[in-house]
Amino acid sequence: MTLLQVRDLAVEFSTAEGLVRAVKGVDFDVERGRTLGIVGESGSGKSVTSLAVMGLHRGAEVTGSVDFDGTELIGAPDETVRRLRGRRMAMIFQDALTALHPYFTIGDQIAEAHREHFGSSRRTAWARAVEVLGDVGIPEPARRAGEYPHQFSGGMRQRAMIALALSCEPELIIADEPTTALDVTVQAQVLDLLMKLKEERGLGIIMITHDLGVIARVADDVLVMYGGSAVEQADADALFTAPRHPYTRGLLDSLPRLDAGGAQGEEAALRAIPGSPPSLLSPPAGCAFHPRCPLYAAAPQAACTDARPPLVQVAPSGHRSACVHPEVASPC
Amino acid sequence: MIGYLVRRLLGIAGTLLVICAITFVIFYLLPTDPAVMFCGKDCPPDRVAQVRQQMGLNAPLVVQFARYVLAIFAGRTMGTGQYVVHCGFPCFGYSFQSGAPVWDLIMNRLPTSVSLAIGAAVVWVLLGLGVGVVSALRKNSWVDRTLMVATIGAAAVPVYFTAMILLYVVVVLLGWLPFPSYVAFTSDPVGWVQNLILPWITLALATAAMYARMTRSSVIETLAEPFVRTARAKGLCERKVVGKHGLRPALTAVATMLGMDLGSLLAGAMITESLFSLPGVGKLFADSLHKADQPVVMGITLLASFFIVTSNLVVDLLYAWIDPRARLS
Repeated sequence: MTLLQVRDLAVEFSTAEGLVRAVKGVDFDVERGRTLGIVGESGSGKSVTSLAVMGLHRGAEVTGSVDFDGTELIGAPDETVRRLRGRRMAMIFQDALTALHPYFTIGDQIAEAHREHFGSSRRTAWARAVEVLGDVGIPEPARRAGEYPHQFSGGMRQRAMIALALSCEPELIIADEPTTALDVTVQAQVLDLLMKLKEERGLGIIMITHDLGVIARVADDVLVMYGGSAVEQADADALFTAPRHPYTRGLLDSLPRLDAGGAQGEEAALRAIPGSPPSLLSPPAGCAFHPRCPLYAAAPQAACTDARPPLVQVAPSGHRSACVHPEVASPC
Repeated sequence: MIGYLVRRLLGIAGTLLVICAITFVIFYLLPTDPAVMFCGKDCPPDRVAQVRQQMGLNAPLVVQFARYVLAIFAGRTMGTGQYVVHCGFPCFGYSFQSGAPVWDLIMNRLPTSVSLAIGAAVVWVLLGLGVGVVSALRKNSWVDRTLMVATIGAAAVPVYFTAMILLYVVVVLLGWLPFPSYVAFTSDPVGWVQNLILPWITLALATAAMYARMTRSSVIETLAEPFVRTARAKGLCERKVVGKHGLRPALTAVATMLGMDLGSLLAGAMITESLFSLPGVGKLFADSLHKADQPVVMGITLLASFFIVTSNLVVDLLYAWIDPRARLS
C-alpha cells in the first residue's frame, strides 16, 4: 500500500506584498522502499511542499490532501500530526549546524525525540541515541553522544541529523537538501548511507534537491517543480533519457558533462536557462515557464499563455509532463 | 580555565584601581579643603593646619593616593601623639561629616540597598520576561500591541513620578500599606515585603519595560531559528518547543543585561531610596555628594564599581554554563 499519497496540495502565504501561492496543486505518491526525488530551483516550492507534508507550516494556508498510510493529515488535529512527526515520518534538514540546537548535546537531542514518542526512560533513550549514532557510522558513538553540534565536523553533523531522524524508526524520511552543505566526497558518503538505510529498513524517502546529480544517484521516481507546480513526473531513467518538458531539458543541458568535451571541443560550454525563476507574487500568465521557454520563443502558442497546462501522461510508463507545446504534447 | 580566571581577576583589580585614581583626582581638584571639611566650620587656622598634617594632606598627590589604596588592604594609622587614630582593614577613611568610619557607614546601609536591588530585580525579571514571552508568542496581535505600548509608557515615566503616584494611591488614598520604612528581613519578613514592595515596583517598572521589549524580540528571533523547526519536526509538544528549545537561547541576552543592571543597583538606587527615605547606600551617596564628603563618596564609588565588574565576571562565567559554544577548552 502506498505510504504517502499527496493530492492537489496547495500552500499559500499572505504577506505584506500580497498572496504568495508557493505550491499550486501538486500530486505525488511515495512507496515504501522507494525514493522520490523532488527537484527544482529556489522558489520552485519543493521545500514548502515537504514542510506542508510534515505539518510544519505555520501561518500558511495548506489545502488538498496528504494521506499518510491511511491517515489524512490536512485538517487533522495538531496533536494527530504531532504524534506522527518524528515518529513515523521524520525530516532531515539542509544545514545541520543551524538545525541542531547549539545548547544541547547530540545525544540529548536524539534521546529527547525517543522519550517524547515512546515515553522511554532517560537511560533507554540515551542507549538508543548511542545505538543509532553507531548505525549512521559515527565512530565512538558513546563518547560523541555527549558532545555538542559545534564539536562535530560537517559530515558527522549531517550523520547525526540522520541519526536523529532515524531514532524512532520512521517509515518515511523527508530529506531537504541533506547534502548541499557538504563537500563532494562527504556528500557521496551521506547519500550512500541514506540508500543503505532505505534498502535495509524499507523506508520511503523524499529527496528534495536542486542537484540533478543527487537525483541521478538516489531517486527511483522524480518530480520536477517549477514556480510552485509540478512540470514533469517520471521514473528516474525515463526522465534522464527522454525528458519531456523543456524546463527539465534545460536543467539537464545545464549540467556539466565530462563526455561532451571531445567532439565539440571547447564549444561545449555550459548552457544556462536564460532568465530567472518566476515571481510567486505575480507569476506569469499560463505556463510559468513560458517567458524562458525555448519552444515558446521559437513557436509561440496561445495555449502557453492562456492557462496553466495540466500535468498529462505523455508515455505509457506513466511519464507525465505539463507542456502544451505540440513538440512535447504530440503522442509518442 | 584557571588562567582565564586569573586574567579576569587581574583585569578587575586594574579597572578598580583606575576608577579609584580618577575619583581621587577629581576630589583633589575640587576647591573644597578636606581639612576644613573635617575640622568644621568655625575651626581656627592652626587647628586646620594640624588636621591637614594629621590627614597627610601635605604629601604629594601620588603619595596620598598610594596611602589611600594601601590602607584599604593594610589599614592605616593617622596622626601623631594624642591624636593618633588607627583605622583597621578595610580602611576607607572617616566621614568628614560624622567622623564615623566609611566602611561601617556603608555596611550599615548595604542590607537596605541589597534588599531593594534584589527584590526589584525579581519583580522586573518576572514582569519583563512574562510580558516579553506573551508578546512574542502572540506577535502582532492586539495583546502584543497593547503590551508594547504599555512598555513604552512604563519606560518613559520618570522614577519620581511613579513613586509619587504609587505613594499617593496605595498609601494615602487606599491606605493599603504604611509609608515605606526599612524593616530587616530577619526581624520581620512580612513587614520587609510590605515596606519594600512600592520601592521595588518603582525601581523595577522602567527596567521591566526594557526587559520585556528585549525578551520579545529575542524570543521572536529564536523561534524563527532552524533548530526550533527541528524540535517541531521531532514531534515535541509546543510547550517543550517554546519552553526548552526557544526560551533558553533567548534568555542569554537577558542574563547579560541582568548581571550589569543588578551589579550597578547593589550599590544603591539614589533616587528611589531618597524618594522613599530608605536608609540605603544610594541615599548615603546622595547625602554625601551634597556635603562633599569625599571619603564616603569614594568608598561608595569603589563599592559600586566592584559590584559591576564582579557581576560582569559572574555573567561571563554563567554564559559558559548556558551556551556550550562559549565554553573554554
